[in-house]
Amino acid sequence: MISNSQLVNKYFRHNKKFPHIWCPGCGIGIILGNMLRAIDALALDKNDIAFVSGIGCTGRAPVYVDFNTLHTTHGRALPFATGLKLARPEMKVIVATGDGDATAIGGNHLIHACRRNIDITTIIFNNYIYGMTGGQYSPTTPHGDKAYTCKLGNIERPFNISQLVEAAGATFVGRTTSYHTLQLQNIIKKAILHKGFSVVEVITHCPTTYGRINKKGSAVDMLRWQKEVAVDKSRADKMDPKELEGKIITGVLMERELPEFCEQYDTIIEEAQNQQQGKSK
Amino acid sequence: MSQTTTEIRLAGSGGQGLITAGIILAEAAIFDNKNVVQSQSYGPEARGGASRAEIIIADGPIFFPKATWVDIFLAMSQKACDQYSFDIKNEGIFIVDTTYVKQIPTSSAVAIPISSATREKFGKELFSNIVALGVICEVCKVVSAKALKAAISNRVPAGTEKINLEAFAFGQKLAKEALKNHNGAENEAIEADT
Amino acid sequence: MSRKSSYQLMQGNEAVAEGALAAGVNFFAGYPITPSTEVAEILADRLPANGGKFIQMEDEIGSIAAIIGASIGGCKTLTATSGPGFSLMQENLGFACLAEIPLVIVNVMRGGPSTGMPTSPSQGDVMQSRWGTHGDHPIIVLTPATVEEAFQYTVKAVNLAEKYRNPVILLMDEVIAHMRARVSLPPASMVEKVNRVQPNMPPEWYLPYERSATGVAPMASFGDGYRYHVTGLVHDAKGYPTANPNECRDNIRGLFTKIERGFREICMVDYECMDDAEHAIVAYGSMVLSARSALEQLRESGCKVGLIKLGTLWPFPRFALEQYLPQLKTILVPELNMGQIYREVLRVNAGKAVIEKLNRVNGTLITPNEIVKTVKGLIR
Ligand SMILES: Cc1ncc(C[n+]2csc(CCOP(=O)(O)OP(=O)(O)O)c2C)c(N)n1
Ligand code: SF4
Ligand SMILES: [Mg+2]
Repeated sequence: MISNSQLVNKYFRHNKKFPHIWCPGCGIGIILGNMLRAIDALALDKNDIAFVSGIGCTGRAPVYVDFNTLHTTHGRALPFATGLKLARPEMKVIVATGDGDATAIGGNHLIHACRRNIDITTIIFNNYIYGMTGGQYSPTTPHGDKAYTCKLGNIERPFNISQLVEAAGATFVGRTTSYHTLQLQNIIKKAILHKGFSVVEVITHCPTTYGRINKKGSAVDMLRWQKEVAVDKSRADKMDPKELEGKIITGVLMERELPEFCEQYDTIIEEAQNQQQGKSK
Repeated sequence: MSQTTTEIRLAGSGGQGLITAGIILAEAAIFDNKNVVQSQSYGPEARGGASRAEIIIADGPIFFPKATWVDIFLAMSQKACDQYSFDIKNEGIFIVDTTYVKQIPTSSAVAIPISSATREKFGKELFSNIVALGVICEVCKVVSAKALKAAISNRVPAGTEKINLEAFAFGQKLAKEALKNHNGAENEAIEADT
Repeated sequence: MSRKSSYQLMQGNEAVAEGALAAGVNFFAGYPITPSTEVAEILADRLPANGGKFIQMEDEIGSIAAIIGASIGGCKTLTATSGPGFSLMQENLGFACLAEIPLVIVNVMRGGPSTGMPTSPSQGDVMQSRWGTHGDHPIIVLTPATVEEAFQYTVKAVNLAEKYRNPVILLMDEVIAHMRARVSLPPASMVEKVNRVQPNMPPEWYLPYERSATGVAPMASFGDGYRYHVTGLVHDAKGYPTANPNECRDNIRGLFTKIERGFREICMVDYECMDDAEHAIVAYGSMVLSARSALEQLRESGCKVGLIKLGTLWPFPRFALEQYLPQLKTILVPELNMGQIYREVLRVNAGKAVIEKLNRVNGTLITPNEIVKTVKGLIR
């Protein structure tokens, strides 16, 4: 496996000023690092990778890495990526998006990208909070938990992202945490190789906002919690629902084969051109 | 606007095909080497309420795209007749489909039961708009029959050209008969006066 | 029979679609809305046959996002919408201004605000097209007055977008979009096509936002080996976010500089009967049609009236007015809004001539006769 210094040398931008903007202990960097390891293991050409993000702490990931990188507007990474993918079907398009970015302001785009089954890999960095704006509740903040816009506890029920995208038509759904780095690499690899719309939900931690207001302890404590609540799907399948309460099932949750959007559009082009030739004959 | 300008308004209810008729008429004018602008009422109005298409035909340039002083008016519903007949020239040509227009605002109108005659002849009113074009062609001669037939063939769904051309010819025939009676009536009136 | 003549009957929206194809547009994303829908329907049919792509997005926010993405991938892109959809596009329009992404938005104006009058003509979006997105930015807005111009200006819009790496808005009246007229269009091979300048240096030397002498930076397509960063944050020449005051200034000022350099090329103005005119009508879009008709009548009755026809609204072609101000006593600005270009005319006039407005917001056109009457009243 690639060493850390090789990884930095190969994938981080040499002409970009560091340090990065993330807080000490933040989970975003762990996910980014393991995404790079997955890409390296697949031996993909950097020129062929487009890395697209929305707005938020998560949205800042692309600027540091040496791909074709596009930092869009809040919630809109997926439609930007959709246009780019259609223009460049041969590229691997990877989207990094926060829980708020993906499921609040961008929720409509998310379900429609799932429905279209366009070949894009979407990594959702789920830290249960709006990190960038300082800790307001998001569509995934657990019921009863606190945020700076619900100090007395959240009265809204959260989305289960993985169930949401499966119902909306995604053809690959994986979930893991920023603690389970090997599993994270594996799932991202599979998601990138999957032909169709793939979603990887990564449970991660924001010690600065969600962690602080909910008294979850340090970044290490929050990682420990991720380790404790995670149950691999193979094991979970054999457990009864009572045992699974409060647990997070991880692994490749669903994978199916359905016609991919760009490939289907190619057949439309072919048919339209045949029709036109028929007419001009 | 120059002397050679003719303003035409086709009015009826949505679904009667008058916008299509307007487009065909406009295209025919181009085939006759004339300048033309065509516009129409859009939206919910065109989906069942009163609807209209306007065609301006001229030898020279046309600027303002809407009819302001109408030379030729076709009304195929009472509502359209009431709503859109306010700016017809005194010497303008007024054609009404008496199937649906029962109160005709002027005695000089060319009155023809376009829709019911179409139904009798073809079994449905679907071709009334093309029949109406035959009527207009015969009554006004603003565009040539040859050009209109070419435009009809160009614009109707493939495979229906023949029956649409029959509908057009039928309209011409209806108009010829009506004009005979129409002129007859006028002559009578003159006789009565003397 | 003249069926083979080069003249054909064509609708304004159809002419836009034809113009887009002739200019080389190969990607369209949109969301249906009256009175622009025909553009989407025609391009949905025609693009794939030409090897291009069409996608109907889930809303107009997604539509403009998708054409930005495709433009970054190297496509020539266009979307078409109307008021409510144009409002939804504003945030990403700003992104395209700052990130300097070539694209064309066709906005067929309908009566507003809100759902307004969906099928009635209006010119209510003139100021929105200038200032609709937040922040200080330049924009190019063209407005055709005839069906033939709908074709020509669409081509011009695509070419300006490519040349200046800037979004261009084609602002159309419903009247122009929906009317059919006799047009003679050039074959696609005769149409001038401008392509964005691509970098020719080795990738490691490429600075995506370093302006050349023209004020515009070469634009690489994603996937062509130039791995660079595109962001909606204010950025340096490398494309990376910056808070350095000098770099921020250079970024924003640079956006203006490139448009200022191209000012004369971007501005399309026509003058009719202006040589000896003492009175002028300043008009754009459908109001040009009423004004031309009025002009004919006014000249026949001996009034020394001329027409200044604005084909470009933004940047505002102030020279078009300034050169005639010394000879003009009055200027009439007929508009299907409460007086949006009127304000610009007032600003440029700086108190020299008498400026009058003629406004209509009831979903109908101002007729030639009304203009004739108003001008005669002004002259007296
Ligand atoms: C249209 C718009 N509304 C609001 C914001 C402010 N904003 C920036 S980031 C953000 C939330 C980000 O939360 P999330 O997507 O979960 O990302 P995180 O910062 O947690 O990684 C918000 C509301 C914005 N940039 N744009
Ligand atoms: S605020 Fe939270 S999510 Fe954002 S960088 Fe800091 S720790 Fe990470
Ligand atoms: Mg978050």
